[in-house]
Amino acid sequence: MIELDKVNKWYGALHVLKDCSLAVSRGEVVVICGPSGSGKSTLIKCVNGLEPFQGGRIVVDGVSVGDKATNLPRLRSRIGMVFQHFELYPHMSALENICLAQVHVLKRSRAEAEARAMELLTRVGLTDKARAYPGNLSGGQQQRVAIARALAMDPIAMLFDEPTSALDPEMINEVLDVMVGLAREGMTMMVVTHEMGFARKVADRVVFIDEGQILEDAQTEAFFAAPKSERTVLFLSKILEH
Amino acid sequence: MKYNWNWGVLVEDPYLFWLLSGLEYTLLLSLSAWVIAFSLGSAIGVSRTLPLAWPRKLATAYVELFRNVPLLVQMFLWFFVVPELLPADLGRWVKRDMPFPEFWTAVVCLGFYTASRVGEQVRAGIQSIPRGQYIAALATGLGWMQAYRLVLLPLAFRLIVPPMTSEFLNIFKNSSLALTIGVLELTAQSRQIENYTFQGFEAFTAATVLYLVITMIVMLSMRWMESRTRVVGMIGTRR
Ligand SMILES: Nc1ncnc2c1ncn2[C@@H]1O[C@H](COP(=O)(O)OP(=O)(O)O)[C@@H](O)[C@H]1O
Ligand SMILES: [Mg+2]
Repeated sequence: MIELDKVNKWYGALHVLKDCSLAVSRGEVVVICGPSGSGKSTLIKCVNGLEPFQGGRIVVDGVSVGDKATNLPRLRSRIGMVFQHFELYPHMSALENICLAQVHVLKRSRAEAEARAMELLTRVGLTDKARAYPGNLSGGQQQRVAIARALAMDPIAMLFDEPTSALDPEMINEVLDVMVGLAREGMTMMVVTHEMGFARKVADRVVFIDEGQILEDAQTEAFFAAPKSERTVLFLSKILEH
Repeated sequence: MKYNWNWGVLVEDPYLFWLLSGLEYTLLLSLSAWVIAFSLGSAIGVSRTLPLAWPRKLATAYVELFRNVPLLVQMFLWFFVVPELLPADLGRWVKRDMPFPEFWTAVVCLGFYTASRVGEQVRAGIQSIPRGQYIAALATGLGWMQAYRLVLLPLAFRLIVPPMTSEFLNIFKNSSLALTIGVLELTAQSRQIENYTFQGFEAFTAATVLYLVITMIVMLSMRWMESRTRVVGMIGTRR
Protein backbone atom coordinates (compact mmCIF):
# COMPACT_ATOMS: atom_id res chain seq x y z
CA MET A 1 0.00 0.00 0.00
CA ILE A 2 2.79 2.45 0.94
CA GLU A 3 6.25 1.75 -0.42
CA LEU A 4 9.36 3.85 -0.01
CA ASP A 5 12.33 2.84 -2.07
CA LYS A 6 15.73 4.41 -1.35
CA VAL A 7 14.26 7.83 -0.62
CA ASN A 8 16.78 10.66 -0.31
CA LYS A 9 16.06 14.21 0.70
CA TRP A 10 18.14 17.30 1.30
CA TYR A 11 17.30 20.62 2.94
CA GLY A 12 19.93 22.67 1.16
CA ALA A 13 23.18 20.98 2.18
CA LEU A 14 21.56 19.00 5.00
CA HIS A 15 21.00 15.37 4.01
CA VAL A 16 17.85 14.60 6.05
CA LEU A 17 16.76 11.27 4.57
CA LYS A 18 19.36 8.74 3.48
CA ASP A 19 18.29 5.79 1.35
CA CYS A 20 15.12 5.20 3.35
CA SER A 21 13.24 2.08 2.27
CA LEU A 22 10.08 0.95 3.97
CA ALA A 23 6.89 -0.88 3.05
CA VAL A 24 3.53 -0.77 4.77
CA SER A 25 0.96 -3.22 3.53
CA ARG A 26 -2.80 -2.90 3.71
CA GLY A 27 -4.09 -3.04 7.28
CA GLU A 28 -0.63 -2.86 8.77
CA VAL A 29 0.31 -0.55 11.65
CA VAL A 30 3.90 0.67 11.62
CA VAL A 31 5.34 2.77 14.44
CA ILE A 32 8.28 5.01 13.65
CA CYS A 33 10.52 6.23 16.45
CA GLY A 34 13.85 7.96 16.74
CA PRO A 35 15.57 10.91 18.38
CA SER A 36 14.39 14.46 17.80
CA GLY A 37 15.66 15.85 14.50
CA SER A 38 16.27 12.42 13.01
CA GLY A 39 13.88 13.06 10.11
CA LYS A 40 10.66 11.33 11.21
CA SER A 41 8.36 14.24 10.36
CA THR A 42 10.14 14.76 7.08
CA LEU A 43 9.76 11.10 6.17
CA ILE A 44 6.06 11.01 6.91
CA LYS A 45 5.43 14.27 5.03
CA CYS A 46 7.12 12.83 1.97
CA VAL A 47 4.53 10.05 1.89
CA ASN A 48 1.69 12.41 0.92
CA GLY A 49 3.88 14.81 -1.01
CA LEU A 50 3.85 17.62 1.53
CA GLU A 51 7.64 17.62 1.26
CA PRO A 52 9.36 17.06 -2.06
CA PHE A 53 12.21 14.54 -2.13
CA GLN A 54 15.14 14.36 -4.49
CA GLY A 55 15.99 10.70 -4.86
CA GLY A 56 14.20 7.37 -4.82
CA ARG A 57 10.54 6.48 -5.19
CA ILE A 58 7.43 6.56 -3.07
CA VAL A 59 4.36 4.69 -4.25
CA VAL A 60 1.03 4.91 -2.45
CA ASP A 61 -1.74 2.60 -3.61
CA GLY A 62 -0.09 2.34 -7.01
CA VAL A 63 0.40 6.11 -7.39
CA SER A 64 3.95 7.45 -7.61
CA VAL A 65 4.12 10.45 -5.27
CA GLY A 66 7.20 12.07 -6.80
CA ASP A 67 5.84 11.90 -10.35
CA LYS A 68 5.18 15.37 -11.80
CA ALA A 69 1.95 14.13 -13.39
CA THR A 70 0.52 12.95 -10.07
CA ASN A 71 -2.49 14.88 -8.84
CA LEU A 72 -1.21 15.51 -5.31
CA PRO A 73 -4.38 17.09 -3.87
CA ARG A 74 -6.31 14.03 -5.02
CA LEU A 75 -3.78 11.66 -3.49
CA ARG A 76 -3.71 13.64 -0.23
CA SER A 77 -7.48 13.54 0.01
CA ARG A 78 -7.19 9.75 0.26
CA ILE A 79 -4.56 9.79 3.03
CA GLY A 80 -5.48 11.11 6.47
CA MET A 81 -2.91 13.06 8.44
CA VAL A 82 -2.78 14.03 12.10
CA PHE A 83 -0.27 16.55 13.46
CA GLN A 84 1.54 17.14 16.72
CA HIS A 85 -0.14 20.54 17.18
CA PHE A 86 -3.59 19.45 15.94
CA GLU A 87 -3.84 22.31 13.41
CA LEU A 88 -7.59 22.66 13.66
CA TYR A 89 -8.84 25.81 11.94
CA PRO A 90 -9.41 28.13 14.91
CA HIS A 91 -12.18 30.18 13.27
CA MET A 92 -14.36 27.15 12.59
CA SER A 93 -16.35 24.98 14.96
CA ALA A 94 -15.42 21.32 15.38
CA LEU A 95 -18.23 20.40 12.99
CA GLU A 96 -17.11 22.91 10.33
CA ASN A 97 -13.53 21.68 10.65
CA ILE A 98 -14.68 18.16 9.84
CA CYS A 99 -16.97 19.25 7.01
CA LEU A 100 -14.66 21.62 5.10
CA ALA A 101 -12.74 19.17 2.93
CA GLN A 102 -15.72 16.81 2.61
CA VAL A 103 -17.66 19.62 0.96
CA HIS A 104 -14.87 21.25 -1.06
CA VAL A 105 -12.83 18.19 -2.04
CA LEU A 106 -15.23 15.26 -2.04
CA LYS A 107 -18.14 17.54 -3.10
CA ARG A 108 -20.48 16.02 -0.55
CA SER A 109 -23.60 18.00 0.21
CA ARG A 110 -23.64 20.02 3.42
CA ALA A 111 -26.17 17.61 4.95
CA GLU A 112 -24.19 14.51 4.01
CA ALA A 113 -20.98 16.03 5.35
CA GLU A 114 -22.60 16.99 8.63
CA ALA A 115 -24.13 13.58 9.08
CA ARG A 116 -20.74 11.96 8.55
CA ALA A 117 -19.10 14.49 10.88
CA MET A 118 -21.60 13.76 13.65
CA GLU A 119 -21.03 10.04 13.20
CA LEU A 120 -17.29 10.55 13.65
CA LEU A 121 -17.66 12.95 16.57
CA THR A 122 -19.70 10.26 18.27
CA ARG A 123 -17.00 7.76 17.52
CA VAL A 124 -14.29 9.91 19.15
CA GLY A 125 -16.60 10.66 22.08
CA LEU A 126 -17.28 14.32 21.36
CA THR A 127 -20.91 14.43 20.22
CA ASP A 128 -21.60 17.35 22.53
CA LYS A 129 -18.70 19.43 21.18
CA ALA A 130 -19.88 19.77 17.57
CA ARG A 131 -20.50 23.52 17.90
CA ALA A 132 -17.46 24.22 20.08
CA TYR A 133 -14.48 26.14 18.72
CA PRO A 134 -10.96 24.71 19.00
CA GLY A 135 -9.97 27.45 21.45
CA ASN A 136 -12.57 26.12 23.88
CA LEU A 137 -11.49 22.48 23.65
CA SER A 138 -8.73 20.76 25.60
CA GLY A 139 -5.68 19.45 23.74
CA GLY A 140 -6.96 15.89 23.86
CA GLN A 141 -10.35 16.94 22.55
CA GLN A 142 -8.77 18.98 19.75
CA GLN A 143 -6.65 16.03 18.68
CA ARG A 144 -9.70 13.77 18.61
CA VAL A 145 -11.52 16.30 16.41
CA ALA A 146 -8.43 16.37 14.17
CA ILE A 147 -8.58 12.59 13.86
CA ALA A 148 -12.27 12.83 12.98
CA ARG A 149 -11.43 15.48 10.37
CA ALA A 150 -8.97 13.10 8.74
CA LEU A 151 -11.33 10.10 8.94
CA ALA A 152 -14.14 12.08 7.34
CA MET A 153 -12.37 11.75 4.00
CA ASP A 154 -12.65 7.93 4.24
CA PRO A 155 -8.88 7.58 3.86
CA ILE A 156 -7.13 4.45 2.69
CA ALA A 157 -4.35 5.09 5.21
CA MET A 158 -3.62 7.37 8.14
CA LEU A 159 -0.38 9.17 8.96
CA PHE A 160 0.25 10.37 12.51
CA ASP A 161 3.12 12.71 13.41
CA GLU A 162 3.66 12.59 17.19
CA PRO A 163 -0.07 12.92 17.88
CA THR A 164 0.30 12.86 21.66
CA SER A 165 3.57 14.65 22.32
CA ALA A 166 1.98 18.09 22.75
CA LEU A 167 -0.61 16.74 25.19
CA ASP A 168 -0.75 16.88 28.96
CA PRO A 169 -0.15 13.34 30.31
CA GLU A 170 -3.73 12.89 31.48
CA MET A 171 -5.02 13.42 27.95
CA ILE A 172 -2.70 11.06 26.12
CA ASN A 173 -4.83 7.99 26.65
CA GLU A 174 -8.06 9.43 25.30
CA VAL A 175 -6.25 9.99 22.00
CA LEU A 176 -4.38 6.68 22.03
CA ASP A 177 -7.65 4.84 22.68
CA VAL A 178 -9.11 6.23 19.48
CA MET A 179 -5.97 5.21 17.59
CA VAL A 180 -6.01 1.71 19.05
CA GLY A 181 -9.62 1.40 17.93
CA LEU A 182 -8.66 2.39 14.41
CA ALA A 183 -5.75 -0.03 14.32
CA ARG A 184 -7.94 -2.90 15.49
CA GLU A 185 -10.45 -2.10 12.74
CA GLY A 186 -7.76 -2.69 10.18
CA MET A 187 -6.78 0.86 9.23
CA THR A 188 -3.40 1.12 7.53
CA MET A 189 -1.34 3.40 9.77
CA MET A 190 2.08 5.00 9.92
CA VAL A 191 2.57 6.44 13.37
CA VAL A 192 5.49 8.55 14.52
CA THR A 193 5.38 8.27 18.30
CA HIS A 194 7.41 7.55 21.40
CA GLU A 195 4.47 5.84 23.08
CA MET A 196 5.98 2.38 23.29
CA GLY A 197 2.92 1.06 25.12
CA PHE A 198 0.88 1.88 22.04
CA ALA A 199 3.51 0.22 19.83
CA ARG A 200 3.46 -2.99 21.86
CA LYS A 201 -0.31 -3.07 21.86
CA VAL A 202 -1.14 -2.59 18.18
CA ALA A 203 1.96 -2.14 16.01
CA ASP A 204 2.84 -4.89 13.55
CA ARG A 205 6.30 -3.42 13.07
CA VAL A 206 8.48 -0.80 14.66
CA VAL A 207 10.98 1.26 12.72
CA PHE A 208 13.86 3.11 14.31
CA ILE A 209 15.34 6.05 12.45
CA ASP A 210 18.44 8.03 13.38
CA GLU A 211 20.17 10.84 11.49
CA GLY A 212 17.99 10.19 8.46
CA GLN A 213 18.74 6.49 8.27
CA ILE A 214 16.43 3.60 8.99
CA LEU A 215 18.52 1.55 11.40
CA GLU A 216 15.91 -0.94 12.46
CA ASP A 217 12.73 -2.29 10.91
CA ALA A 218 11.44 -5.30 12.81
CA GLN A 219 8.33 -7.13 13.97
CA THR A 220 7.19 -5.47 17.18
CA GLU A 221 8.16 -8.33 19.48
CA ALA A 222 11.56 -8.75 17.93
CA PHE A 223 12.12 -5.00 18.05
CA PHE A 224 11.71 -4.87 21.82
CA ALA A 225 13.20 -8.27 22.61
CA ALA A 226 16.30 -8.17 20.46
CA PRO A 227 17.09 -4.85 18.80
CA LYS A 228 19.89 -5.22 16.28
CA SER A 229 21.58 -1.84 16.36
CA GLU A 230 23.36 -0.40 19.36
CA ARG A 231 21.75 2.98 18.89
CA THR A 232 18.29 1.42 19.08
CA VAL A 233 19.21 -0.14 22.40
CA LEU A 234 20.48 3.19 23.69
CA PHE A 235 17.36 5.02 22.45
CA LEU A 236 15.02 2.46 24.00
CA SER A 237 16.81 2.57 27.31
CA LYS A 238 16.38 6.36 27.34
CA ILE A 239 12.70 6.51 26.53
CA LEU A 240 11.68 3.49 28.57
CA GLU A 241 13.31 4.96 31.69
CA HIS A 242 10.37 7.26 32.31
CA MET B 1 -10.04 89.87 15.22
CA LYS B 2 -13.65 90.66 14.54
CA TYR B 3 -15.65 87.84 13.07
CA ASN B 4 -19.36 87.79 12.37
CA TRP B 5 -20.58 84.37 13.43
CA ASN B 6 -23.46 83.14 11.35
CA TRP B 7 -24.21 79.47 11.81
CA GLY B 8 -27.42 79.98 9.89
CA VAL B 9 -25.43 80.02 6.67
CA LEU B 10 -25.04 76.28 6.90
CA VAL B 11 -28.73 75.66 6.38
CA GLU B 12 -29.23 78.37 3.78
CA ASP B 13 -29.86 77.66 0.14
CA PRO B 14 -27.65 76.66 -1.73
CA TYR B 15 -24.97 76.16 0.94
CA LEU B 16 -26.73 73.30 2.70
CA PHE B 17 -27.06 71.60 -0.67
CA TRP B 18 -23.34 72.15 -1.35
CA LEU B 19 -22.39 70.57 1.94
CA LEU B 20 -24.60 67.56 1.40
CA SER B 21 -23.41 67.13 -2.16
CA GLY B 22 -19.81 67.34 -0.92
CA LEU B 23 -20.57 64.69 1.66
CA GLU B 24 -22.11 62.51 -1.02
CA TYR B 25 -19.00 62.79 -3.19
CA THR B 26 -16.71 62.04 -0.25
CA LEU B 27 -18.70 58.90 0.53
CA LEU B 28 -18.99 57.74 -3.08
CA LEU B 29 -15.33 58.41 -3.78
CA SER B 30 -14.11 56.67 -0.63
CA LEU B 31 -16.34 53.64 -0.94
CA SER B 32 -15.58 53.10 -4.64
CA ALA B 33 -11.86 53.47 -3.96
CA TRP B 34 -12.20 50.99 -1.10
CA VAL B 35 -13.66 48.38 -3.43
CA ILE B 36 -10.50 48.64 -5.56
CA ALA B 37 -8.20 48.84 -2.54
CA PHE B 38 -9.72 45.82 -0.88
CA SER B 39 -9.81 43.47 -3.87
CA LEU B 40 -6.53 44.55 -5.46
CA GLY B 41 -4.87 44.78 -2.04
CA SER B 42 -5.97 41.25 -1.13
CA ALA B 43 -4.57 39.89 -4.38
CA ILE B 44 -1.29 41.72 -3.75
CA GLY B 45 -1.07 40.54 -0.15
CA VAL B 46 -1.67 36.94 -1.22
CA SER B 47 0.88 37.21 -4.05
CA ARG B 48 3.52 38.37 -1.61
CA THR B 49 3.18 35.11 0.35
CA LEU B 50 3.27 32.72 -2.63
CA PRO B 51 6.24 30.50 -3.35
CA LEU B 52 5.98 31.56 -7.03
CA ALA B 53 8.73 34.07 -7.79
CA TRP B 54 7.06 36.24 -10.42
CA PRO B 55 3.80 37.16 -8.72
CA ARG B 56 5.76 37.81 -5.54
CA LYS B 57 8.25 40.15 -7.18
CA LEU B 58 5.55 42.03 -9.08
CA ALA B 59 3.51 42.50 -5.93
CA THR B 60 6.55 43.69 -3.98
CA ALA B 61 7.41 46.21 -6.70
CA TYR B 62 3.80 47.44 -6.70
CA VAL B 63 3.82 48.01 -2.95
CA GLU B 64 7.15 49.84 -2.98
CA LEU B 65 6.05 52.07 -5.83
CA PHE B 66 2.61 53.08 -4.61
CA ARG B 67 3.45 53.32 -0.94
CA ASN B 68 6.48 55.53 -1.40
CA VAL B 69 5.26 58.17 -3.87
CA PRO B 70 3.28 60.92 -2.09
CA LEU B 71 -0.44 60.59 -2.70
CA LEU B 72 -0.74 64.17 -3.95
CA VAL B 73 1.91 63.50 -6.59
CA GLN B 74 0.05 60.32 -7.59
CA MET B 75 -3.16 62.33 -7.94
CA PHE B 76 -1.46 64.70 -10.40
CA LEU B 77 0.24 61.85 -12.26
CA TRP B 78 -3.05 60.04 -12.80
CA PHE B 79 -4.84 63.21 -13.86
CA PHE B 80 -2.28 64.99 -16.02
CA VAL B 81 0.29 62.40 -17.11
CA VAL B 82 -1.37 58.99 -17.42
CA PRO B 83 -3.93 60.05 -20.09
CA GLU B 84 -0.99 61.19 -22.26
CA LEU B 85 0.70 57.80 -21.91
CA LEU B 86 -2.36 55.77 -22.89
CA PRO B 87 -2.81 54.53 -26.47
CA ALA B 88 -4.14 57.41 -28.56
CA ASP B 89 -7.81 56.34 -28.75
CA LEU B 90 -8.09 55.47 -25.10
CA GLY B 91 -6.28 58.68 -24.10
CA ARG B 92 -8.70 60.76 -26.16
CA TRP B 93 -11.65 58.99 -24.61
CA VAL B 94 -10.35 59.57 -21.11
CA LYS B 95 -9.70 63.27 -21.79
CA ARG B 96 -12.83 64.09 -23.78
CA ASP B 97 -15.64 61.58 -23.34
CA MET B 98 -15.21 59.80 -20.01
CA PRO B 99 -18.02 60.91 -17.69
CA PHE B 100 -16.91 62.58 -14.43
CA PRO B 101 -13.20 62.36 -15.31
CA GLU B 102 -12.02 64.02 -12.08
CA PHE B 103 -14.14 61.71 -9.97
CA TRP B 104 -13.08 58.45 -11.62
CA THR B 105 -9.44 59.49 -11.73
CA ALA B 106 -9.57 60.16 -8.01
CA VAL B 107 -11.25 56.78 -7.40
CA VAL B 108 -8.54 54.94 -9.30
CA CYS B 109 -5.72 56.91 -7.70
CA LEU B 110 -6.98 56.50 -4.15
CA GLY B 111 -7.87 52.85 -4.78
CA PHE B 112 -4.46 51.92 -6.19
CA TYR B 113 -2.61 53.81 -3.48
CA THR B 114 -4.64 52.26 -0.65
CA ALA B 115 -4.31 48.82 -2.25
CA SER B 116 -0.58 48.94 -1.53
CA ARG B 117 -1.29 49.56 2.14
CA VAL B 118 -4.08 46.97 2.33
CA GLY B 119 -1.73 44.50 0.60
CA GLU B 120 0.80 44.91 3.39
CA GLN B 121 -1.84 44.28 6.05
CA VAL B 122 -3.11 41.17 4.25
CA ARG B 123 0.43 39.85 3.85
CA ALA B 124 1.17 40.41 7.54
CA GLY B 125 -2.10 38.71 8.44
CA ILE B 126 -1.34 35.63 6.35
CA GLN B 127 2.23 35.42 7.60
CA SER B 128 1.11 35.57 11.22
CA ILE B 129 -0.80 32.30 10.76
CA PRO B 130 1.30 29.28 11.77
CA ARG B 131 2.44 27.40 8.66
CA GLY B 132 0.94 24.20 10.06
CA GLN B 133 -2.54 25.50 9.20
CA TYR B 134 -1.68 25.66 5.52
CA ILE B 135 0.00 22.24 5.63
CA ALA B 136 -3.04 20.76 7.37
CA ALA B 137 -5.37 22.22 4.76
CA LEU B 138 -3.25 20.77 1.95
CA ALA B 139 -3.11 17.43 3.76
CA THR B 140 -6.90 17.10 3.56
CA GLY B 141 -6.69 17.41 -0.22
CA LEU B 142 -7.49 21.10 -0.65
CA GLY B 143 -5.57 22.79 -3.46
CA TRP B 144 -3.44 25.80 -2.59
CA MET B 145 -6.06 28.22 -3.88
CA GLN B 146 -8.75 26.53 -1.82
CA ALA B 147 -6.48 26.57 1.21
CA TYR B 148 -6.06 30.34 0.81
CA ARG B 149 -9.71 30.99 0.08
CA LEU B 150 -11.23 28.73 2.73
CA VAL B 151 -8.68 28.78 5.53
CA LEU B 152 -5.88 31.37 5.34
CA LEU B 153 -7.79 34.43 4.12
CA PRO B 154 -10.83 34.10 6.40
CA LEU B 155 -8.44 33.72 9.30
CA ALA B 156 -6.11 36.52 8.18
CA PHE B 157 -8.99 38.98 7.70
CA ARG B 158 -10.18 38.28 11.22
CA LEU B 159 -6.72 38.99 12.59
CA ILE B 160 -6.29 42.29 10.76
CA VAL B 161 -9.58 44.02 11.49
CA PRO B 162 -7.91 46.78 13.60
CA PRO B 163 -5.27 47.83 11.01
CA MET B 164 -7.81 47.49 8.20
CA THR B 165 -10.13 49.83 10.12
CA SER B 166 -7.47 52.49 10.13
CA GLU B 167 -6.81 52.00 6.40
CA PHE B 168 -10.54 52.36 5.78
CA LEU B 169 -10.58 55.57 7.82
CA ASN B 170 -7.51 56.86 5.97
CA ILE B 171 -9.33 56.52 2.69
CA PHE B 172 -12.00 59.01 3.88
CA LYS B 173 -9.35 61.44 5.07
CA ASN B 174 -7.22 61.04 1.95
CA SER B 175 -10.25 61.55 -0.29
CA SER B 176 -9.98 65.28 0.53
CA LEU B 177 -6.90 65.41 -1.74
CA ALA B 178 -9.24 64.88 -4.69
CA LEU B 179 -10.12 68.55 -4.46
CA THR B 180 -6.74 69.32 -6.06
CA ILE B 181 -7.93 67.86 -9.35
CA GLY B 182 -11.36 69.43 -9.06
CA VAL B 183 -13.60 66.88 -7.37
CA LEU B 184 -16.21 68.80 -5.37
CA GLU B 185 -16.09 66.64 -2.30
CA LEU B 186 -16.71 67.74 1.27
CA THR B 187 -13.53 69.79 1.79
CA ALA B 188 -13.82 71.45 -1.61
CA GLN B 189 -17.43 72.42 -0.96
CA SER B 190 -16.54 73.85 2.43
CA ARG B 191 -13.90 75.97 0.79
CA GLN B 192 -16.39 77.08 -1.80
CA ILE B 193 -18.87 78.12 0.89
CA GLU B 194 -16.04 80.07 2.51
CA ASN B 195 -15.28 81.83 -0.78
CA TYR B 196 -18.89 82.83 -1.32
CA THR B 197 -19.91 83.76 2.23
CA PHE B 198 -16.67 84.44 4.10
CA GLN B 199 -18.05 82.15 6.85
CA GLY B 200 -15.02 79.86 6.80
CA PHE B 201 -15.20 78.87 10.46
CA GLU B 202 -18.76 77.62 10.13
CA ALA B 203 -18.11 75.84 6.86
CA PHE B 204 -15.00 74.02 8.03
CA THR B 205 -16.54 73.22 11.40
CA ALA B 206 -19.39 71.57 9.55
CA ALA B 207 -16.90 69.59 7.45
CA THR B 208 -14.94 68.56 10.55
CA VAL B 209 -18.08 67.35 12.28
CA LEU B 210 -19.15 65.38 9.22
CA TYR B 211 -15.71 63.70 8.95
CA LEU B 212 -15.90 62.85 12.65
CA VAL B 213 -19.36 61.36 12.25
CA ILE B 214 -18.10 59.15 9.41
CA THR B 215 -15.15 58.08 11.55
CA MET B 216 -17.38 57.21 14.48
CA ILE B 217 -19.76 55.19 12.34
CA VAL B 218 -16.88 53.27 10.76
CA MET B 219 -15.22 52.57 14.10
CA LEU B 220 -18.43 51.39 15.73
CA SER B 221 -19.35 49.10 12.86
CA MET B 222 -15.83 47.65 12.65
CA ARG B 223 -15.85 47.05 16.39
CA TRP B 224 -19.18 45.28 16.04
CA MET B 225 -17.78 43.19 13.19
CA GLU B 226 -14.65 42.37 15.16
CA SER B 227 -16.67 41.09 18.10
CA ARG B 228 -18.78 39.01 15.74
CA THR B 229 -15.80 37.36 14.04
CA ARG B 230 -13.40 37.08 16.97
CA VAL B 231 -11.41 33.85 16.93
CA VAL B 232 -11.52 32.04 20.24
CA GLY B 233 -8.12 31.51 21.77
CA MET B 234 -6.03 33.33 19.15
CA ILE B 235 -3.40 35.88 20.08
CA GLY B 236 -4.70 39.42 20.10
CA THR B 237 -8.30 38.39 20.53
CA ARG B 238 -10.37 38.40 23.64
CA ARG B 239 -13.40 36.36 24.47
N1 LIG C 1 11.87 23.23 6.41
C1 LIG C 1 13.11 22.86 6.82
N2 LIG C 1 14.21 23.48 6.35
C2 LIG C 1 15.44 23.13 6.72
N3 LIG C 1 15.71 22.14 7.59
C3 LIG C 1 14.67 21.45 8.10
C4 LIG C 1 13.31 21.79 7.74
N4 LIG C 1 12.48 20.95 8.41
C5 LIG C 1 13.28 20.14 9.14
N5 LIG C 1 14.59 20.43 8.97
C6 LIG C 1 15.72 19.72 9.57
O1 LIG C 1 15.67 18.40 9.13
C7 LIG C 1 16.00 17.51 10.18
C8 LIG C 1 14.88 16.53 10.41
O2 LIG C 1 13.75 17.20 10.87
P1 LIG C 1 12.39 16.49 11.28
O3 LIG C 1 11.98 15.61 10.16
O4 LIG C 1 11.43 17.52 11.71
O5 LIG C 1 12.85 15.58 12.51
P2 LIG C 1 11.96 14.83 13.60
O6 LIG C 1 10.53 14.91 13.18
O7 LIG C 1 12.49 13.44 13.62
O8 LIG C 1 12.21 15.52 14.88
C9 LIG C 1 16.31 18.38 11.40
O9 LIG C 1 17.69 18.53 11.48
C10 LIG C 1 15.64 19.67 11.07
O10 LIG C 1 16.34 20.74 11.68
MG1 LIG D 1 8.91 15.81 14.19
